[in-house]
Amino acid sequence: MQLLSQKKWPARLESLYESLDSVSSCARALGFNAERIGELELVMEEVLVNIFKYAYGGKEPGEVTISCSEDGGNLVMDVVDSGVPFDPLTASDPDITAGVDERPVGGLGIYLIKKLMDKVKYRREEGRNRLTLVLFKSGKTSPLS
Amino acid sequence: MEIVTEKGKECIVVSVKGKIDAVTSPDFEKGLADLIEKGEMILLLNFTSLEYISSAGLRSILAIAKTLKAKNGKMLFAGLRGPVKEVFKISGFESLFKIFETTEEALKSL
Repeated sequence: MQLLSQKKWPARLESLYESLDSVSSCARALGFNAERIGELELVMEEVLVNIFKYAYGGKEPGEVTISCSEDGGNLVMDVVDSGVPFDPLTASDPDITAGVDERPVGGLGIYLIKKLMDKVKYRREEGRNRLTLVLFKSGKTSPLS
Repeated sequence: MEIVTEKGKECIVVSVKGKIDAVTSPDFEKGLADLIEKGEMILLLNFTSLEYISSAGLRSILAIAKTLKAKNGKMLFAGLRGPVKEVFKISGFESLFKIFETTEEALKSL
């Protein structure tokens, strides 16, 4: 696995566009197509916005570190924060057949992450949340392709 | 993101261009809420020029749909394409709303 970039951002909404640009550039450098890059941006927005909103509990904003690596042509992203422990993979899936009245507002972000990424893994280590996301170049498993 | 509204006979057409994401969704939601405040009951969202929507945008749509439903109003969609169409599909919004290929078709249905 080869590290392509590692950057640290303040965990706040103002960092969103710059951090997404940085991740997209990695995917572009690896030759991912526009569709896959679009999916990547969507997933990374969902991941990062969750961290910006909830990881540091509204206290002094912390940081989030994003590392992009290449592994056999696939893109591997490691997103690390030192906020409260949170494993997005344990969140239950929303009922996507419920009507307007029954549907809670929210809860779709994590669902989109799970649906669009080829692999997602969560670890809590040394007081940090580490979410590893893998995007295959081929995108065979993606519902968006 | 840019929003252009056009008042029709039976509804108001809201054309959204660009991206509805965590940064722009508050403005999008406020724009729609203002229209409802002014008495609009049927909103036709024209997404022909919408390139991207994230869960923040879906959240705004659902919040507005709930407000409208409580007033017996409704929301229609037209012109969804590419990633926006797929996000609607994955999240089940496809079956939650009436979605048309074009605004003309949506207007005919009213």
